[in-house]
Amino acid sequence: MLCESCQGKEAKVHLTQVVDGAVKKVHLCEACAAESGFDTHGPVSITDILLGMGGEKTSSVMPVRESTCPQCKMRRADFKKLGRLGCVKCYEVFSDELVPLIKAMHRGEQHVGKIPACESLRAQVSVEIAALQKALSQAISTENYEEAARIRDRIEEWREKMTLKKEASRES
Amino acid sequence: MKVEEFLKRPGSWLVPAEDNSIAISSRIRLARNFREFPFPDWAGEEKCVRIWEELKSIFKDMKSFPDPLVTGMGTLKKLDKKILFERHLISREHENKGKGSGLVVRFDESIAIMINEEDHLRIQALRPGLDLKSAWRSIDAVDTELEQKIRYAFSPSLGYLTACPSNVGTGMRASVMVHIPGLVLMDEVNPIIKGMGKIGIAVRGLWGEGTEASGNMFQVSNQITLGDKEEDMIAHLKQIILELIEHERNARSRLMEKKPMMVQDHVGRAYGILTHAHVLSSQETLNLLSSLRLGVDMGILKTVDLSVINELLILTQPGHLQKLEGRRLKADERDQVRAQLVRMKLLNGK
Repeated sequence: MLCESCQGKEAKVHLTQVVDGAVKKVHLCEACAAESGFDTHGPVSITDILLGMGGEKTSSVMPVRESTCPQCKMRRADFKKLGRLGCVKCYEVFSDELVPLIKAMHRGEQHVGKIPACESLRAQVSVEIAALQKALSQAISTENYEEAARIRDRIEEWREKMTLKKEASRES
Repeated sequence: MKVEEFLKRPGSWLVPAEDNSIAISSRIRLARNFREFPFPDWAGEEKCVRIWEELKSIFKDMKSFPDPLVTGMGTLKKLDKKILFERHLISREHENKGKGSGLVVRFDESIAIMINEEDHLRIQALRPGLDLKSAWRSIDAVDTELEQKIRYAFSPSLGYLTACPSNVGTGMRASVMVHIPGLVLMDEVNPIIKGMGKIGIAVRGLWGEGTEASGNMFQVSNQITLGDKEEDMIAHLKQIILELIEHERNARSRLMEKKPMMVQDHVGRAYGILTHAHVLSSQETLNLLSSLRLGVDMGILKTVDLSVINELLILTQPGHLQKLEGRRLKADERDQVRAQLVRMKLLNGK
């Protein structure tokens, strides 16, 4: 098999990428793979492969923004090498790379599942509303308007609860 | 409780399920982290030790699982770690951990918590057969009890925050171990695996991530952890497993229709080798036990009990054999001891 990039040499690096949910196979020769930023000799970094999932292609001339997490001192390079984050704060610091990555890996970017009991009411309400909004769009797509109206009412109830709580705390 | 206690029986999750031996067991795991500490890989030993010490005191007094085995990975012998791995209680990564990492296991192995593996807490619940719902109920109870004592890393938008972004959201991976020799024999597994990948379902080998399928057993799990409710993810996976079971049943009846003699011969030969061989490798044993399970399921083999096959699946692993013999065994010695154990269990039922 010939390299898909230069069409000259034999393809020795075979990569599987997921772009917008579709699986794409790329076959490159070692030189073209190295040029595209894949280190074919070092250990394979999961993040390097996964970061290809974000959709946007990074050009080799684009400068990489170096940043370090102020809390745990993890550098962007560390995260890329390890494929794991250092601490909770890293999610904010590296959000520019993480958001497209998470979008490509998962279904949406909003948590709609379990919430720890100790979380603030605000956090609980926002997750609850997100879950209801998801159910609402599902109900609309299946033309189940009765259910959609019920869900809409529940979203309103949650919003009201939130406003009442805010007013109560302002008064106190 | 000591590791030795485990050897007396297979975990409660390997008790044969009533009417379904295609789905062997169900597992759910939750990834959880402390808000105030860096994730284990980045925290350094000192902080990991602090986390482990803090958790140890919490686990002394848990209502959701009494009398657990609580052990630091640093104090465990290499062989005992191997045994815990073979029983699916710890991962390969955790097997290599030392000081600052730990393990908490309920006496019947239905709940196990790895401390400071990839995340601060990796809670797992195991159940026999296809029973994700009860696995979820019990893991949810443990998690809810823990969240009253620990401030979890949580974001209202991304949910539970984990060391690897592939686990954020629910932090939940639900998986079912399936035995699908019919589909393997009919050469229909690969298109199914590919199809599942497209709908966010991963198919892995017997020992999880990065492992080959052995003995026609596969782990089928949800890939996506963010964007759906836990209950919906579980229901989706269950639906897929039910369809997979149907495919497997179909494949088996087509096999019996087209090549009944081949199937009977396949099962008979497996039984012959297992009851008479004097040297058995681990891989060969897994494959032959798979044929035996198929024979029992299809009513071809009536003298063998599924519980014996399940027990052998665990006891014939290298770590268990060495523990049973009470000494280190070289590979060729293990193959002999394994064959002896299999002959004894199958012929005497002991």
